[in-house]
Amino acid sequence: MKPDSPFLDLDAAPQVDVWFDGTALRLPNGANLAAALLAAGIQNFRNTPVSGAPRGPFCMMGACFDCLVEIDGVVRQACMLEVSDGLHITRPHEPETDNA
Amino acid sequence: MRNVDLVIVGAGPAGMAAAIKAAEVGLSVALLDEQPRAGGQIYRDVERAATRRGDILGKDYTDGTGLTEGLRHDGIRHVSGAVVWAIEDGFRISYTQNGRATQIDCEKVILATGALERPMPLPGWTLPGVMTAGAGQILLKQSGVLARSAVLVGSGPLLYLIAAQMVRAGTPPLALVETQTRGDLFGAMRHLGGALRGWRYLAKGTKLLAEIIRAGVPRYTAATDIAIDGADKAETVSFQSRGKSHKISCDTVLLHHGVVPNTQAAHSLDIPHRWDVAQHCFVPVVDRFGGTGTAGVFVTGDGAGIGGAKVAEMSGALAALQVTHESGRISKSERDRQAATLFAARAKELAVRPFLDRAYPAFVGALEPDDNTIICRCEEVKAGDIRGYAKIGCLGPNQAKAFGRAGMGPCQGRYCGLTVTALLAQANGLSPDDTGYYRIRPPLKPVTLGELASMDDTVSGVTE
Repeated sequence: MKPDSPFLDLDAAPQVDVWFDGTALRLPNGANLAAALLAAGIQNFRNTPVSGAPRGPFCMMGACFDCLVEIDGVVRQACMLEVSDGLHITRPHEPETDNA
Repeated sequence: MRNVDLVIVGAGPAGMAAAIKAAEVGLSVALLDEQPRAGGQIYRDVERAATRRGDILGKDYTDGTGLTEGLRHDGIRHVSGAVVWAIEDGFRISYTQNGRATQIDCEKVILATGALERPMPLPGWTLPGVMTAGAGQILLKQSGVLARSAVLVGSGPLLYLIAAQMVRAGTPPLALVETQTRGDLFGAMRHLGGALRGWRYLAKGTKLLAEIIRAGVPRYTAATDIAIDGADKAETVSFQSRGKSHKISCDTVLLHHGVVPNTQAAHSLDIPHRWDVAQHCFVPVVDRFGGTGTAGVFVTGDGAGIGGAKVAEMSGALAALQVTHESGRISKSERDRQAATLFAARAKELAVRPFLDRAYPAFVGALEPDDNTIICRCEEVKAGDIRGYAKIGCLGPNQAKAFGRAGMGPCQGRYCGLTVTALLAQANGLSPDDTGYYRIRPPLKPVTLGELASMDDTVSGVTE
């Protein structure tokens, strides 16, 4: 069941199964992952390692690192990824990796 | 090992124009870009979006296909999805593509890394639902995703453009909360001569405003005391405008008060930068072709100082002309013959800038945030923390890192660097130039051990 979304999605594309923190979602295949999650009603992508505050996409261009999610054990920027079938996405559980 | 004559970082208007010009005279070019498709942010995903929603986005956007089509040239290898994380002397460029690290060697480098939104630290700006106006536009361009109940906050032409695009798409913003004042407009009038040379921009701006007003979108100007509130996401925007308090309920807040050069790569090469007073930001010191003083390194487009897409395109071509001349492909007189037209056209395009800078200045409330406002999003450092470091002797941004980790998170200071410089400069009574900027070192973007382990020195990434 999709949560109510504060976003309107103009594009129609074949949908695939994706999981976000255990919730099953149907997202457009090949779409920008951060955009697709927002359109599906997901706003809190992660909690900061410093205070636990919720964060979501801010810049959508790979600069701010606020849309970090974890996929296959790697913490990555959702705005720099595309939706593919069977993605298992979680909120990052580890503090973000150092810059090396 | 030399792989190509020229590497260009960034496939926006400047990078694309540079690639096209350089390839025209026979240079081999690798155009590295982080996005899956060319266009940069201004022409993001233009080849797909122009046909799907060109009517919403407008002709200034769809015109970008002229450049993306020009990339289909045998001399240009457009390496998409390539995240550049190191540029070393000589030059060797390291980047990651599809989870694999690759290196490429080249004679010349053109940095066409574009712009970032000017940081706009306000109370509540880290809440989910608060994004840059540029992010709102990227959602529309690339994904066809629009905020249903958004408030646009800040100042500048981009705010009107996205508001008009939202009107055309059938999801008008709830309100425009604008920070510029009537005094700013009067002050800008002394630059009207220049603006009239760029009258097309003014005519476009007037047309956009008419669209917004016709749609009944409320506008509040001279806004101050702007704050975003909400428990775990943005729920309201409150502000003062012309002596009255306002509070608007919304799901999305889009912030914008100008864009600034993305200088991370240029800073990592120790290219000198200077503080641009009118645009409140650091810009790399470049000559009229984008040359930097470091032989073989050029910075062009908005990354060398904000001029917009058309200026970026001309500047990209100018940098490529100089590169081809230095490579011995064209004579000095041929360079100058072609450059003359571009210099003249660029000066005409730039004529409107002093007017725009003065009419839509950066919001003082975000340049000098309240003590309690987070300024470093990654490490959650507040403006008051930075002022406190100054009191106990902190003179520059690199010291501030040691005091409280500002700028040490994954964004590497992209969204706090200018604020930290400005806060320290003000607190210490120093100029921003004397205060300086973060020292930027590779990796410019995080690289995983797995990506490094897959390092492939056969440069397969370029030949794919």
